Amino acid sequence: MFNIFKLALRNLRRYLRRTLLTSTLITLGVVAVLLFVSISGSFKSMMIGQITDSMLGHLQVHRKGYLASIDSLPLDRNMKGKQIQVVKETLEENKNVAAYSMRIKLGAMFSNYTETTNIRLNAVNPEQELKTVPMLADRIIKGKKEGLLAKGEILVPELIAKGMNVKINDSIVLVATNKDGSVNGQPFVVRGILEGISGPGGRDGIIHIDDARTLLRMEDKEVSEIAIRLADIQAMDNVFAGLKNKLGPLKNKMDKPVFEVHTWEKLSPFFNIARMIDLMTLFIKIMLVAIVLVSIMNVMIMAVYERINEIGTIAAIGTTPNKILSLFVMEGFLLGLLGTLIGVIISLVAIVTMNISQISFDFGRQKGLLLSPTIGATEVITISVIVIGIAVLASLQPAWKAARMDPITALRHV
Amino acid sequence: MSVVVARQLEKTYVAGDIAVQAIQGVDFTIEPASFVSFVGPSGSGKSTLLNMIGCLDPPTAGSLQVVGKDISNLNRQQAARFRGEHIGFVFQDFNLIPVLTVFENVEYPLLMVQNWPKEKRTARVKELLEAVGMGDQGHKFPSQISGGQKQRVAVARALVTNASLVLADEPTANLDRTTANHVIELMKKMRDEFGTTFIFSTHDPKVVNNAETIFTLEDGKLLQSEGGNHV
Repeated sequence: MFNIFKLALRNLRRYLRRTLLTSTLITLGVVAVLLFVSISGSFKSMMIGQITDSMLGHLQVHRKGYLASIDSLPLDRNMKGKQIQVVKETLEENKNVAAYSMRIKLGAMFSNYTETTNIRLNAVNPEQELKTVPMLADRIIKGKKEGLLAKGEILVPELIAKGMNVKINDSIVLVATNKDGSVNGQPFVVRGILEGISGPGGRDGIIHIDDARTLLRMEDKEVSEIAIRLADIQAMDNVFAGLKNKLGPLKNKMDKPVFEVHTWEKLSPFFNIARMIDLMTLFIKIMLVAIVLVSIMNVMIMAVYERINEIGTIAAIGTTPNKILSLFVMEGFLLGLLGTLIGVIISLVAIVTMNISQISFDFGRQKGLLLSPTIGATEVITISVIVIGIAVLASLQPAWKAARMDPITALRHV
Repeated sequence: MSVVVARQLEKTYVAGDIAVQAIQGVDFTIEPASFVSFVGPSGSGKSTLLNMIGCLDPPTAGSLQVVGKDISNLNRQQAARFRGEHIGFVFQDFNLIPVLTVFENVEYPLLMVQNWPKEKRTARVKELLEAVGMGDQGHKFPSQISGGQKQRVAVARALVTNASLVLADEPTANLDRTTANHVIELMKKMRDEFGTTFIFSTHDPKVVNNAETIFTLEDGKLLQSEGGNHV
């Protein structure tokens, strides 16, 4: 095999310019794919991390029908005592559940004593919330981050803070209608300003869950949703299936399902963008395969055509068809290997350079997001194996043609 | 044992509806260590006969034994192995592999066809290169040597595997008179030294004059033979 390798290498050196051109084409393809995968992948992970770790959690449990009417933040579809207890017990039994947070979601009027506007609110237990969405505190762009907030305090979304000219420690009033239709108001101190992020709930304010219960005059300990954080996001599908199996069949007195369980993918529109990114990655990979296939096949067909007489000679002096086939396949393999190696090196250098350069970008209303592309060894190996495999595949037809060539015809070829 | 025994050998090429009988019922025997030449006008069947002896083209009918083996029904793989083991080739255009040095060209059949161990292989290649007077040119590439030198290297390559038989198709056609004489002398010397049988297909009177046996072909038929072998 080493002799075939050596001879193939010499043949590639014989047509050095062509070898370099073909390898360059493969290199460009590999670089394009690896950079796209690393940049889009890191963007995707960052956005998913931001959505799950600072807002949604990995999974959420609601009372059946809540999600369909979430826009109106209905208070009559909250989970109550027994129901909450069932969910809590189920979550505590599951080893993959790292934390969970009970929330009341409500709409209210926000007044700074001179102006009034609508506000959507998440009422949370700060301790539970920080364990479930640990990056939430990082969204506080003004004010203290520690402990999230205390009773009587509010985190105001950035847009409302700007529009209503509200500052830290200002006093504001929230007026809310409870599920019986009566209205109640309560003063709050602005604890911090909360940065808005993409997706549902990304521009909600935050208050303490006990304050929400007082404001809404809630007698029972009701919650609108339970956000769940998993120890490992990879286990999401399994946990989701487990929770669905356990909570799904539970029925109320009217024999209707009580709960609904959703993953973050169902809750956030970003999932569709993530899927689009995956689709684009696949498309770019297919383009790479096409580039490798066409360029290698073209070069190998040329190589066979130009060396017909030589093929006749080596066949005449006893080289078996299998060895002739191996020789040309090896040339294709080496071309693919060379292009891939250079491509991987350039890509890794580019990724390191981009990380050192701290390139920032804007996404929607989010400004100055830091581009930190990364790529896993598995992805690099997979792409390399695909490219080299396609290179071998592309050289098979010309190699087969060379191996099957009639020595007499080949020797007569000028 | 005779090196080549042909009995009622025939070769017919079919192109569409037309069948051309290139060799028609030929009988001959070639003894070991002989210097044999097939002569005749173009299209007489010399090259076809040589190709059949060299296992490059199977006969249509008749029997053909080379070094004691019937080669009429070998498949491609078997034919390639048989050639690699028993037959050497010298071509009109030398046909050296341009990416290999002189040494590597001679080494090629031992390395890629017969898998000789390195030390034994190196010694054998050096021996052959010395024998053909190219001992000090082993590092050069074919593009760096003359036509005569290339043919010497081709002779060394044909003999390096201890082939019983060397088939040479117009080996002097691309050489000047002096060089052609040197190459013929070299082949004779090799025959004497290694006991190899040389079979030529040629128009060249120099080669014909040096042959010990001459088979004359015309229209695929063997007209006469001169020398020690039998028709």
